[in-house]
Amino acid sequence: MSEKGLLTGSFFMQGDIACAEGAIVAGCRFFAGYPITPATEIAQRMAERMPQVGGTYIQMEDELASMNAVLGASWAGVKAMTATSGPGFSLMMENLGLGIMTETPCVLVNVQRGGPSTGLPTLVAQGDMMQARWGSHGSYEIIALSPSSPQELFDLTIRAFNLSERFRTPVLVMTDAEVGHMTEKVVIPPAEEIEIVPRRKPRVPPGDGYQPYLPDEDLVPPMAVAGEGYRIHITGLTHDERGYPSTSDDSAQWPLIQRLVNKIRLYRDEIIQVEELNLDDAEVVVVSYGIAARAAMWPIELARREGIRVGMLRLITVWPFAEEKIRDLAPRVRAFVVPEINWGQMALEVERCAAGRAPVYLVPHPGGDIHKPERVLAAIRRAVA
Amino acid sequence: MSEPIRYMEVNSRGVTEVTQERHPMNALLREERLPHIWCSGCGIGTALTCFISALLKSGLDLDKVVVVSGIGCTGRVAGYVQLDSFHTTHGRAIPFATGLKLANPELKVVVFSGDGDLVTIGGNHFIHAARRNIDMTVICVNNFNYGMTGGQHGATTPVGSITTTTPYGNYEHPFNLPYLAAASGAVYVARWTVLHVRRLEKALGEALAKRGFSFVEVISPCPTNFGRWHKQRTGLDTLKYYHEKGVIRHGADPKNVDIELGGEIVEGKFLDIEKPTFLDSCAGIVRKAIES
Repeated sequence: MSEKGLLTGSFFMQGDIACAEGAIVAGCRFFAGYPITPATEIAQRMAERMPQVGGTYIQMEDELASMNAVLGASWAGVKAMTATSGPGFSLMMENLGLGIMTETPCVLVNVQRGGPSTGLPTLVAQGDMMQARWGSHGSYEIIALSPSSPQELFDLTIRAFNLSERFRTPVLVMTDAEVGHMTEKVVIPPAEEIEIVPRRKPRVPPGDGYQPYLPDEDLVPPMAVAGEGYRIHITGLTHDERGYPSTSDDSAQWPLIQRLVNKIRLYRDEIIQVEELNLDDAEVVVVSYGIAARAAMWPIELARREGIRVGMLRLITVWPFAEEKIRDLAPRVRAFVVPEINWGQMALEVERCAAGRAPVYLVPHPGGDIHKPERVLAAIRRAVA
Repeated sequence: MSEPIRYMEVNSRGVTEVTQERHPMNALLREERLPHIWCSGCGIGTALTCFISALLKSGLDLDKVVVVSGIGCTGRVAGYVQLDSFHTTHGRAIPFATGLKLANPELKVVVFSGDGDLVTIGGNHFIHAARRNIDMTVICVNNFNYGMTGGQHGATTPVGSITTTTPYGNYEHPFNLPYLAAASGAVYVARWTVLHVRRLEKALGEALAKRGFSFVEVISPCPTNFGRWHKQRTGLDTLKYYHEKGVIRHGADPKNVDIELGGEIVEGKFLDIEKPTFLDSCAGIVRKAIES
């Protein structure tokens, strides 16, 4: 890594900046983006930093182009990222699908703001959580991470790159305007303490029968890129193991879609990270993520002072959803309380997995601010009433 | 391919029918994917043949040549060439190609797609890649309609044309593609019909050799969806039309090469200039700033 690649040390750093630095540490050397509040600082930092570390920054004409340029860069063998917010995230959905279908490692950061439409450009929301899961058309599985602090935004950006290479798929960092614009202590460890997952390369030389979509045992195919002599063909059409379109019947669609889903779903234990707090004796479990989880810490503390045994399950990985955790907890708790800065998205997942064995109380918020502590506290009280 | 391949060879001695066990361009075609999907009389195959001929003569390292296509009939080119090739989303071949080129400047990046893909849905990317002078060759097969979806009108359809979505005649003004490319910042702009194969091949060779955003418009028959409405029921009818209406005018001002229904088709090399590419300028300015 070049001299300026890693700024080891302790910093007072904005979340967006920490995200950019995390990407650089992870090996990102290509950034394509389009200015949008509250993600712009990531692009600005990358414009400054990419040339310093031998990478490329390009400001594209829109988010459609940004997402495509990132995919192209990844197929040129370079780790690549883009960052955006709601409206831009919507524009990226089609080509996120191209990334999923062609199994292109890359990272897409969404610094969420209030919507729908132009909404609240400078203010927080978590309204794109279901869009992250289902926003592109067709059947697929996705990986999405949700940080609660600038430090975690740094750490999870590195992890997003690692997961994208490990599973050969785009990975989403679903942060928000609060975390992105918050300035806090961020510690960047020395290089030897940071795990970096390299790209899985073909084990046969060009001309020796390499097939771009012939998977290893773990369902992930090794990846040749442009210019290496493999003469690959890559398409967004349903394709066979050679990468050739196969669209006259469902014979290629079955194995392809099953593999795209299973390569993530079967390895969800490796992907899912949660933080558990006081779950052993909890009668009420607050399930939350990102800035909403952080804002729930104080009402949880207040409730415990009142004698309510309340714990927290904080989703660090939001997709795939930590279903086993909810299924395990459901029979032994009185209720789940889900504060999130939207009108009920991840709460639907909690309900699905609780399957009627425990009630789920959503604490909605339309965006524009974080929850007032008393609203979450009221929901916890109601849950034990 | 078990069937022997028959084709007509045209040279200075005349026309001879040749039979071969393998396709003559087998080295650069994915034979196992043939036959292709293009209709009888379509010009895309001719455009591809000219491209492959130009490529074989170019001296380029073929392991470093990448073909990127979008969606549509011409979008299928990427799937037939025995090169690193990407069949992307509708209209987005150029930004995908931009990412490839900037992340690995050693690559020779060619975008090969249709008019609907490149200048209608993808028009914004087209003008911005030209403006930035990204080092890529863009080959646009223009058949004046959306062939893959059954012949709808698009941004290149001449006024008055009948298509499935202009049943009373097209009343939108079309783009003049050489003018659009030149005005946006391209350094090389040419147009040929698929009747003029030698000239087309030469233009493609020049475009491949050019540093910067080079653009070749290839006017092509679409008997199935466009010709049928315009008294050109076969590809041959359209080639005869090109023979009658084609006018070679090298150096013509691109703003004067509009295509009108029944009017002349001006062909030739309209622009060939030098300008620093995106990467040239980026390296120059950034290095200076970082070192100071």
